[in-house]
Amino acid sequence: MNDSTPLLSIRDLRVSYGNIKAVLGISFEVYEGEIVTLIGANGAGKSSTLRAISGMVPYSGSITYRNTDLRKVVSDKIVALGIAQVPEGRGIFGNLTVQENLKLATWQRKDKPEIERDYERIFGIFPRLKERRGQLGGTLSGGEQQMLAVARALLSRSKVMLLDEPSMGLSPVLVREIFNILTEINQAGTTVLLVEQNANMALRIASRGYVLETGNLTLTGTGAELLGNPRVKEAYLGG
Amino acid sequence: MDAQKTPQKNIQQPGKGQKLGVWKQYWDRFASNRWLLPVLTVAGFILSILIPQFNLVNPYIQLILMYIGINIILTTSLNLINGYMGEFSVGHAGFMAVGAYTSAVLTTIFIPTSLNPWLFPLVVLAAGVAAGLVGLLVAIPSFKTRGDYLAIVTLAFNMIVKSIIENIEAIGGPRGIPGIEKLTTLPWAFFWTALAVWVIRNFVYSNFGRGVMSIREDEIASDLMSVNTRQAKLLAFVISSFFAGIAGALFAHVLQFISPKVFDILKSTDILIMVYLGGIGSITGSILGATIFTILLEVLRPLGVWRMVLMPLVLVLLMLFRPRGIMGLREFRWFIPHYQLLATHLWRKKKEAANAPAAD
Repeated sequence: MNDSTPLLSIRDLRVSYGNIKAVLGISFEVYEGEIVTLIGANGAGKSSTLRAISGMVPYSGSITYRNTDLRKVVSDKIVALGIAQVPEGRGIFGNLTVQENLKLATWQRKDKPEIERDYERIFGIFPRLKERRGQLGGTLSGGEQQMLAVARALLSRSKVMLLDEPSMGLSPVLVREIFNILTEINQAGTTVLLVEQNANMALRIASRGYVLETGNLTLTGTGAELLGNPRVKEAYLGG
Repeated sequence: MDAQKTPQKNIQQPGKGQKLGVWKQYWDRFASNRWLLPVLTVAGFILSILIPQFNLVNPYIQLILMYIGINIILTTSLNLINGYMGEFSVGHAGFMAVGAYTSAVLTTIFIPTSLNPWLFPLVVLAAGVAAGLVGLLVAIPSFKTRGDYLAIVTLAFNMIVKSIIENIEAIGGPRGIPGIEKLTTLPWAFFWTALAVWVIRNFVYSNFGRGVMSIREDEIASDLMSVNTRQAKLLAFVISSFFAGIAGALFAHVLQFISPKVFDILKSTDILIMVYLGGIGSITGSILGATIFTILLEVLRPLGVWRMVLMPLVLVLLMLFRPRGIMGLREFRWFIPHYQLLATHLWRKKKEAANAPAAD
């Protein structure tokens, strides 16, 4: 979009679990400053794609981040490189406090004063989390847990944030709030790769979108284009 | 500053009766004095020197006190893996055996008897290091598996250690090593126990410890949070087996006789019981669990075989009414770092303030 070298480039990605083939050779790019969304139904391979990028599942094909081949990098180092993922189901550590949850995001960082400044920034975006620092993560409401998950990803100083269905299990009002926050985060300079079933919301904030169907990319375009596309309308937006 | 909150707390529960309120007030005042922990530790150490010196209590009770210390070390160290990391290791007696044999071989064969009392701390340390190294060797392949599989790997390890020892004639084979000098004294038992608790408590509340706990909660999320889960697991396992080795060395020099049979799977089960009795993921729980279990076994000794019926019964009842053990995932406030206590305290206060008008 704005520059010729993509931040994240996926080439012919294939993921399979034993005999089950989840992703069948997809290629796409994410450029700096974009919100890119992958939409698709259950089992289309969206989550597998994100897991491959974070190094959680074995794959064939190549995933390149700023000229670094991610195949040789283990998952915790991928986070250190600047790719943070908000996993499906949020992955909150329920028996740890909100504060401990946040501290885990800076596990590898040693720059204490910078971390303090990041905390202030996070608490500016999510004042609710500041109030609930001492509370156990598992006792937060669904929306608060999602905020905590996004806050953790922000704390790892990510350049790219991968989100796996952040709208899952949230009320429409909370979904809107989360998506507004995502737009803000994006405007502050974080590139976002968003995987969603809620195609309507996702395409509205996305600069570009891809439609994933049973392991293949079938459609691509800007968010607005896809929103207007009759096939997308029929399959994902309810006619 | 903590003392200021005590009257407030009592106002909150006026219905509980005057007498209980007074006791609670005393207890709160006692518990909020954080400097009492170091004071009690020093007092305990001095007492542990004075007791054998002047025979303040009979030797039988002194012996039991030492066993309590050893069991606290074993329980706290196993709790690091089974409680804080959420894995299921059942071969703790194997590491204990490595420590016990290393130290016993050193004191009976290599070190001249006259030097034994002086070199004993180093011998215990060497036993810990040996067990820690074996722990590392076991951990590297073991942590490619999880859950039930790890339990089987550690179970196999326990059996392997036992049969290796049985087949080495130089260290007595199945007959074991008799005539070990009684080098574990009450002060030493106290010192190593305090050290183990202190090190493990500090580890748990460190950055690494948080990583270890996040593995228990959700390993995938913890990987995605940049936690090097492999490194955290290895370190926790090595620390755990290190202290099991130290407990083994102390144990060998109290019992004065060790054989492979002492360190079989039943011993591992005993340690597991103490962990789950006290409560997973809790230092306070480990101390309580080890103490209660050891004392209970001694108190029930007159019952003979029946104590082996009563003890499991106690466990069944415990699991029914307190499935997480006495202190499961909770901690007495002396062991919680101050910054964290403060955050929780502030949150509680806010919640109480928010609830107060509704309660009226």
